[in-house]
Amino acid sequence: MTIKEIQEEIMDEFAMFDDWMQRYEYMIELGKSLPLIEEKYKTEDNIIKGCQSKVWVHAEMNDNKIEFTADSDAIITKGIIAILIRVFNRQHPTEIVEADTDFINEIGLKEHLSPTRANGLVSMIKQLKMYAIAYQTQIN
Amino acid sequence: MLDVHKIRKDFPILDRQVNGKPLVYFDNAATSQTPQVVIDAIVDYYSNYNANIHRGVHTLSQEATDAYEIARKKIQTHFNTKHTHEVILTSGTTHSINIIATGFTNLLSKGDEVIVSALEHHSNIVPWQMLCERTGAILKVIPMNEEGELVMDVFDTLLSDKTKLVFTNHISNALGTINPIKEIIDKAHKVGAAVLIDGAQSCPHIKPDVQELDVDFYVASAHKLCGPTGVGMLYGKEEWLNKLPPYQGGGEMIELVTFEKTTYAGLPHKFEAGTPNICGGIAFGVALDYMNSIGFDTIAAYENDLLAYGTEKLLEIEGLKIYGTSKNKTSVISFNLDNIHPYDVGSIVDKLGIAVRTGHHCAQPIMDFYKIPGTIRASFSFYNTKEEIDALVDAVKKAKMMLS
Repeated sequence: MTIKEIQEEIMDEFAMFDDWMQRYEYMIELGKSLPLIEEKYKTEDNIIKGCQSKVWVHAEMNDNKIEFTADSDAIITKGIIAILIRVFNRQHPTEIVEADTDFINEIGLKEHLSPTRANGLVSMIKQLKMYAIAYQTQIN
Repeated sequence: MLDVHKIRKDFPILDRQVNGKPLVYFDNAATSQTPQVVIDAIVDYYSNYNANIHRGVHTLSQEATDAYEIARKKIQTHFNTKHTHEVILTSGTTHSINIIATGFTNLLSKGDEVIVSALEHHSNIVPWQMLCERTGAILKVIPMNEEGELVMDVFDTLLSDKTKLVFTNHISNALGTINPIKEIIDKAHKVGAAVLIDGAQSCPHIKPDVQELDVDFYVASAHKLCGPTGVGMLYGKEEWLNKLPPYQGGGEMIELVTFEKTTYAGLPHKFEAGTPNICGGIAFGVALDYMNSIGFDTIAAYENDLLAYGTEKLLEIEGLKIYGTSKNKTSVISFNLDNIHPYDVGSIVDKLGIAVRTGHHCAQPIMDFYKIPGTIRASFSFYNTKEEIDALVDAVKKAKMMLS
């Protein structure tokens, strides 16, 4: 599936819910499907700066596609990073670099884009894209 | 007795909704809400007599100058400073602390010691660390115990003739502990050290008498006590303020300027370079009037009642732990739920219209002491109600249900 298709799939899933509680519960549920980072990669260097909670991300490239693993000590944050990784996982670096992330507004997580918390989500997207840029350079 | 329903009518913001729910504002330790009288004073200033002060001869400038200096008088009366010129208007507590920390640069030498408490906000740690870096002075720390109180026995052992400065907050922002500042001041004075007390968290609850405390410096922000942001005060004993150099150069703080030499203005203007926050200063005075009209004893009694109620109700939730359990504390409850991250709880509680603070509260050393990433902090003010505390308790229960 392309990034766009996965985003649409996620939007369809979230459209089923009427209120924020259900959306949050689903997000927490999605956190459980996050490809977990290996303990050895839970280092200070792999922590995304600017989040109130800790988020670790690790990236590897196989067959010109990036595989992300991550974890967080807060479960809502874990749900957020799980959604982002579901969108970007096993995609070509260029696709990730060029992807827009407007779907976030559509699934009712807009408040996570506002300052302070927001820093969290914005920093996460930025960090995933940074990995993509780095691997893109490697391919070229 | 405080009539909370009448008081709530003074605060227009308390009528608004957040996420479709009535706002419950429990982030008072970060900033207090603003009563209509203060909002009116701000509107009145910009509508009727906005002008630069202390130099114009025109009517507007004189009216603005008078209002600003009346505000200074009100601050003097409120804090009971000996002289009006011992009140310096600043942009807030952080600015006030930096004036003193910078001013001591030439008064400290290598090997001198300064003492800070373990309960400080970063703004009462970092400026002094920078001072130590400039001078080679050594920073010592009064430790805290599990209850969130300062260990005063250790403080005794830290004091010596090398101690030049002691700085601590009156009340901890993260835990609400009321520190024994009179004891700290008296003991520090015995070894000849000066004392700065950060009153940012105490001024909304307590009316400090700086002469009775015999404190050398006392600092506070208007926005914690119903005033606007961007304005605060620095009280310093006259002899200290005369001894310290100016913090910033500019207009207002000079007596005579030539390219060869400038002589500085006297107090308080020596520390007030540039056009100040005129409107803010005036509104600060109005905020003090407002709080005094309710009365600080009445406020403290009411808030203590909220604290007792909130503590009891929150502790009924299984797995909830309160950090900061001193008998001497103000209406701040810092807590966590089992092993749930405070950020998770804060996110859910916000969705239910309740404003609490989550995180390390700019006091990372305290969080390190408890080995936690942060807490959820509910801080109550005299305009809060027990019904609002019930709403918080329900919200925390809901968060626990969703997150466990």
